Amino acid sequence: MLLSNTEMIPGFRTVRHIGLVQGNTIRAKNIGRDILAGFKNIVGGELKGYTELLTEARKEATERMIQQAQTAGANAIVNVRFATSSIMQGAAELFAYGTAVTVEQETQA
Amino acid sequence: MNDSSPELIEGLIQIGLPLFLIILAKITGMILEKAHFRSIVEREAEFQDLPVTNLKTLPQDQEIEGAWLCTGSVVVGSDYFKRFAAGLKTLIGGRLRAFETLLERGRREAILRLKEEARRQGATMVINVRLETSSISQGRGKQTFASSEIVAYGTAIRTAEKN
Repeated sequence: MLLSNTEMIPGFRTVRHIGLVQGNTIRAKNIGRDILAGFKNIVGGELKGYTELLTEARKEATERMIQQAQTAGANAIVNVRFATSSIMQGAAELFAYGTAVTVEQETQA
Repeated sequence: MNDSSPELIEGLIQIGLPLFLIILAKITGMILEKAHFRSIVEREAEFQDLPVTNLKTLPQDQEIEGAWLCTGSVVVGSDYFKRFAAGLKTLIGGRLRAFETLLERGRREAILRLKEEARRQGATMVINVRLETSSISQGRGKQTFASSEIVAYGTAIRTAEKN
């Protein structure tokens, strides 16, 4: 599965547009990480626990999007966008969407 | 005389503890921020030969060998002092310099992580980079800003000289 956030996959030709695919996941912070982040709140800087948590969550959202594209018979997703929304205190939704397409390798002219 | 001293000590603790936290946060926050900026500048120099643009156009004079999605993200939090300073500043309005530097650090760090991932996977360029910022947790009470996530993502490409 090829992913790109441009309108086409560079070096490939789009042969068929399948349509919008999406994947999401909602994550809550866990208490252990929250306590550590609470300490970090005093000195500031990067909150590594949260960075990991959100990176992992984003990967999962992308995985789900890929799965949906695979069932639709696509071999690539173009124009991928990421979005985040906070749904309640202490929980965040991560969301990935894009257009599923089938592409084929460009023949060298 | 003896009656007032426990109250005095209590009062001192009540004022002193937040004050101590503010000063501690100011000093450690400043040291950490300086160190972080130093490391950002260093790594930016190291990655200078990996161009990152937010254009969609491909280099016309080179052949594309591969393209894939790359991301880099970071969560940054404000320190106790910054929140205190910002809380005061919201009374009179104006620039919140303390948060400006925090988010600048975050963005530059996110872009650097994007570059690190791209390089590890053998890219020579990253195009169509997008930056997203979202506030992931609200502070307690009146303090409205506690931490923010910044994600940078783009299409990494590997190019080769046309022959």
